[in-house]
Amino acid sequence: MREHPFPAIPRPLKAATILSAAMLLSSCSRAVLDPAGDIAAQQRDIIYISTALMLLIIVPVMVLIVVFALRYRKGKGAKYDPNFDHSTALELVIWSAPLLIIICLGALTWWSTHLLDPFRPLDRVSATKAVDPKVKPLVIQVVSLDWKWLFIYPEQGVATVNELVLPVDRPVRFDLTSTNMMNTFYAPTLAGMIYTMPGMRSTLHAVINREGTYDGLSANYSGAGFSHMRFKLHGVKDDGFATWVAGVRARGVALDTDRYLELEKPSQRVPVMRFSQVDGDLFRRILQRCTKPGTPCMTGMHGSQPEEGKPEGAVFKEGQEKKGGESVTPQPGSQSPPPAAGQHHDHHSSLNLNHAAPGTARVAAA
Amino acid sequence: MFDESVIKTIFGRLTWESFPVHEPILLVTFIVVMTLGLGIVAAVTKYKLWGFLWREWFTSVDHKKIGIMYMILGIIMLLRGFADALMMRAQQAIAFGASEGYLNSHHYDQIFSAHGTIMIFFVAIPLIVGLVNYVMPLQIGARDVAFPFLNNLSFWLTVAGALLVMVSLFVGEFSRGGWLNYVPVTNLQNSPDTGPDYYLWALQIAGVGTTLSAINMVTTIIKMRAPGMSMMKMPIFTWTALCSNVLAIAIFPVLTGAFALLMLDRYVGTNFFTNDLGGNPMMYWNLVWIWGHPEVYVLVLPVFGIYSEITSTFTGKRLFGYSSMVYATVVITILSYLVWLHHFFTMGSGASVNSFFGIATMVISIPTGAKIFNWLFTMYRGEIRYELPMMWVVAFMLTFVVGGMTGVLLAVPPADFVLHNSLFLVAHFHNVIIGGVVFGLFAGMDYWFPKAFGFRLDRFWGKVTFWGWVIGYWVAWTPIYIVGLMGTTRRVNHFDDPSLQIWFVIAAIGAVIILIGILAFVIQIAVSIINRDKLRDTTGDPWNGRTLEWSTSSPPPAYNFAFTPQVHDLDAWYDMKDRGAERPVKGFLPVHMPRNTGAGVILSGLAMVLGFAMVWYIWWLAALSAGALLIGGIIHTFNYNRDYHIPADEVAEQEDARTKLLAAGA
Amino acid sequence: MSAETVPDTTFFVTEEEHHDAGGATLLGFWIYLMSDALIFATLFATYGVLSGSFAGGPSPREIFELPLVALNTAILLVSSITYGFAMIAMQEGKLGGTKAWLAITGLLGAAFVGIELYEFSTLIHEGATPQTSAFLSAFFTLVATHGLHVSFGILWLVVMLVQLSQRGLHPENQRRLMCLSMFWHFLDVVWIGVFTFVYLLGVL
Repeated sequence: MREHPFPAIPRPLKAATILSAAMLLSSCSRAVLDPAGDIAAQQRDIIYISTALMLLIIVPVMVLIVVFALRYRKGKGAKYDPNFDHSTALELVIWSAPLLIIICLGALTWWSTHLLDPFRPLDRVSATKAVDPKVKPLVIQVVSLDWKWLFIYPEQGVATVNELVLPVDRPVRFDLTSTNMMNTFYAPTLAGMIYTMPGMRSTLHAVINREGTYDGLSANYSGAGFSHMRFKLHGVKDDGFATWVAGVRARGVALDTDRYLELEKPSQRVPVMRFSQVDGDLFRRILQRCTKPGTPCMTGMHGSQPEEGKPEGAVFKEGQEKKGGESVTPQPGSQSPPPAAGQHHDHHSSLNLNHAAPGTARVAAA
Repeated sequence: MFDESVIKTIFGRLTWESFPVHEPILLVTFIVVMTLGLGIVAAVTKYKLWGFLWREWFTSVDHKKIGIMYMILGIIMLLRGFADALMMRAQQAIAFGASEGYLNSHHYDQIFSAHGTIMIFFVAIPLIVGLVNYVMPLQIGARDVAFPFLNNLSFWLTVAGALLVMVSLFVGEFSRGGWLNYVPVTNLQNSPDTGPDYYLWALQIAGVGTTLSAINMVTTIIKMRAPGMSMMKMPIFTWTALCSNVLAIAIFPVLTGAFALLMLDRYVGTNFFTNDLGGNPMMYWNLVWIWGHPEVYVLVLPVFGIYSEITSTFTGKRLFGYSSMVYATVVITILSYLVWLHHFFTMGSGASVNSFFGIATMVISIPTGAKIFNWLFTMYRGEIRYELPMMWVVAFMLTFVVGGMTGVLLAVPPADFVLHNSLFLVAHFHNVIIGGVVFGLFAGMDYWFPKAFGFRLDRFWGKVTFWGWVIGYWVAWTPIYIVGLMGTTRRVNHFDDPSLQIWFVIAAIGAVIILIGILAFVIQIAVSIINRDKLRDTTGDPWNGRTLEWSTSSPPPAYNFAFTPQVHDLDAWYDMKDRGAERPVKGFLPVHMPRNTGAGVILSGLAMVLGFAMVWYIWWLAALSAGALLIGGIIHTFNYNRDYHIPADEVAEQEDARTKLLAAGA
Repeated sequence: MSAETVPDTTFFVTEEEHHDAGGATLLGFWIYLMSDALIFATLFATYGVLSGSFAGGPSPREIFELPLVALNTAILLVSSITYGFAMIAMQEGKLGGTKAWLAITGLLGAAFVGIELYEFSTLIHEGATPQTSAFLSAFFTLVATHGLHVSFGILWLVVMLVQLSQRGLHPENQRRLMCLSMFWHFLDVVWIGVFTFVYLLGVL
């Protein structure tokens, strides 16, 4: 890890805002400001640099506000000039000072946004170590289910729920999607967050540099079980990773289609699960919304057909289908029922859908 | 079964279970609200005020009365929205580790959704619209707005929306989809309950009101300025009101469209925002944020205008850099339309798109910064009188720059990747909304209250309000900034990590301090009414003001100005005082005025019934009220008798009374 | 009244003012039309995003009947012209002519809505319903929103005919007819957009 690249801040400014100092100090041991992954560390640095740049103008302004507010009180005897309402020179400064700061910040933004784009493969493992061109990134497929995380390791042929194990200093590529709700995949210590969306694939490149156990979560509100949609992220050495994979493989339960469909149903506070085998095609089928046997896969941008039948609009159904206050999201503690279980029995679709046109697997379109 | 189907036809999906009699919190709230409501109704009946209220207030098309009614609506809804805030703070302060707190996700999710919805749509918007309604026509020397009936209708439509949200507390559920009712959470599959429907109908009805009001205000400013008031002689508050309302016209149709599509998804089964059959949930996010970000400026621009007026008045100086202030306002108006994507950088739009929206966002801080400097240099070489409004201005400037800074930080996409959806973000927007909009609204109320009622607000309780809000804000939101920087995210009703608890406890204490501020505000109004004779202002110009609203009496007569002022200078009233303009005391003419009408109340009532019927799938009632709405609207157009003249001697009588008062005061 | 013509020492307008309420109404209505245009812009954008999302359902080429829609377009365009004649008659103070041209305009509008309803019922009969795919949802919503506007315009027109019979070319009625005129031409412009972007680009 490199030192915080905190640019030298002019001395008087340091004393200025107790607030921001307190904020930084009190939280220096926490994930966002003390990350274990190189991407998150660079993002943290951007926060520091931008804040420092802005304090260059914020602090003098705050000082001036206090000084003027005190000095020009009525009765204090300071100079009173009711006609001072225009000064071209001053207005030039007023507009150009923020402009200069924003030019610097804009340049930083353009550069850092491209450098830290989640779609961009890593070119360094840490500040001091470049990526070995022979090492391919570890691919992990992430699916947000209602309300738990499924991690598929396609190369290893294993899968887990609510447990993410990463080998230290090995670049990782996450491919992410969702089954129903929109969530964000967020491990603060590893890298910034990225949305998981049904029928869409997003990508995140990251690396973890330090062994340890960290928190991960969904940061985008997604309904009843959202608050407990958390997982543990373990950073382990290469051999530790191999041991862990072997352990999962030896444990014996396979994630087949039936078990997946069971898992897909809404549930809350799900304990860690490990699956010794996983269908290599599962992620694609989730993405193309055809995990249920017999459902046509969605291709291109054309949109999928529902697996269970979509509830019709309210005006087309009898009043009894939906009671007021009934919620599809189960209350804490209950593990089922599946969403809208009673909602579909009158689904008399008049539209006879043909099979989707054959085509290639859809690409990421986020 | 026959019986059951008849009941279904009559009541839709409304059943006994829709009433939350088994929820103690709601039941107690219901009893309290009903007791208060019945108490008010009883008092009004006892003192035989119904006729008076109906004739003088509910049916009034006077912009001043409508403005005051908007303010009352906003303050009442503030109490409701703040009660939600206290409940959230209490839950987050105790729900750690083994403790689940007292709210499960089902309730907690409704509370944070209702809090945001109410605070933006039924507190901030009515208070802003109310102030603009009251002050702007007076500032431009007009006798009313361009469309007085429409103004009344807009207000009552907003009330209808607010009532629907309140009804959802006791009949059924409110949305659990956040303050923007996000899909997929609010898709029919995921939320078949009434929540999103209440949200959609309430906001569609209120949204029509807001759009109509904005059209009205823009037309008024363009067409009804006093002679001599060119655009660059318009008071700065009127300028910001113009920009804010132009912006509202440009964004509310997008929101209406987005909500209409979601309604179609929910009622007709279309596939705009569904996960399957080609629907696209992200499109909803884009549409609502095309509305959502400019909306911040719809709220904050008029408030910037309030600060400008107050700074100029209480420093005894012309506003520094008036024209650059105007340009800054216009630039902000335009730019605010180009930044919505910064609300979802993390959706993966690609680096170039993200950079564009990030930099566009930062650019807004340049004109905003220029405004701060302009206020600063208005204070420079001034004679600052620290009356209540000016205290708010200084507190605003110190608070708002911090919120501006964290906002620009969030506009840097790599920083946003770790701060998005975090409590840091939540702290940021409360920083700008409380430190900017709310402080400004209190400043504006303290400033213009004497104009509206003829006496000042009590200074002591005003100070308690001020310190309650300012200290409370910092105590409540500094810890939220801190936990946000620790990677804590929003809308969570339970935390695992006990070391965070202390911050949430501090935040809850801050919320209680703000509560003291709010209660002190209510006390301030009550005390001021009791002591109104001591606080009386007979001059109509208690602060030595500079703009035209201070040239007429307090409260102004129904016709505002017996003679329309002729404007020569930006600070028109200051110019008149400076050059010794004589107030004409004779030669009064009859004044042409719009007539009151109950059509606004009736049509809005029908709109509310329509919304309620649609929420509960009571199709017959929906059809009936929709038909009545249409017919009622048509009948209203057959009324050609919409105006009258206040006779000259009545005008003379009122003006003579003022002449005597002024003479007694001088 | 420009500032130059007023002496610097005049601070109040002491003579009777001239009222120009009609100008404010036309401006206000025009602003309303702009906000309505933004609703259509939202629907056009939505259609643009979803126009390829067939979800296994039919594509525009399979369902659009261009000749019928072209006929409908012609009807609406002609109705704009007849409305123009109504306005000319109004300016000349001819009540009868105004009413006659308005009635013709209304009938053309009704024909337009009728043909549109026929088109919709054919599509739904073929199984191409608003629920079939996102493309069809967006198509039906955009076209039906326009159709609803036209229907509302017809209703307004009927009300105006009644009010013209009651009060003749009252200034208030003239002002309302000018607003309706803007509304009607606005719907024409929107329809040209619909015809071009939805029908022509969908089929070509």
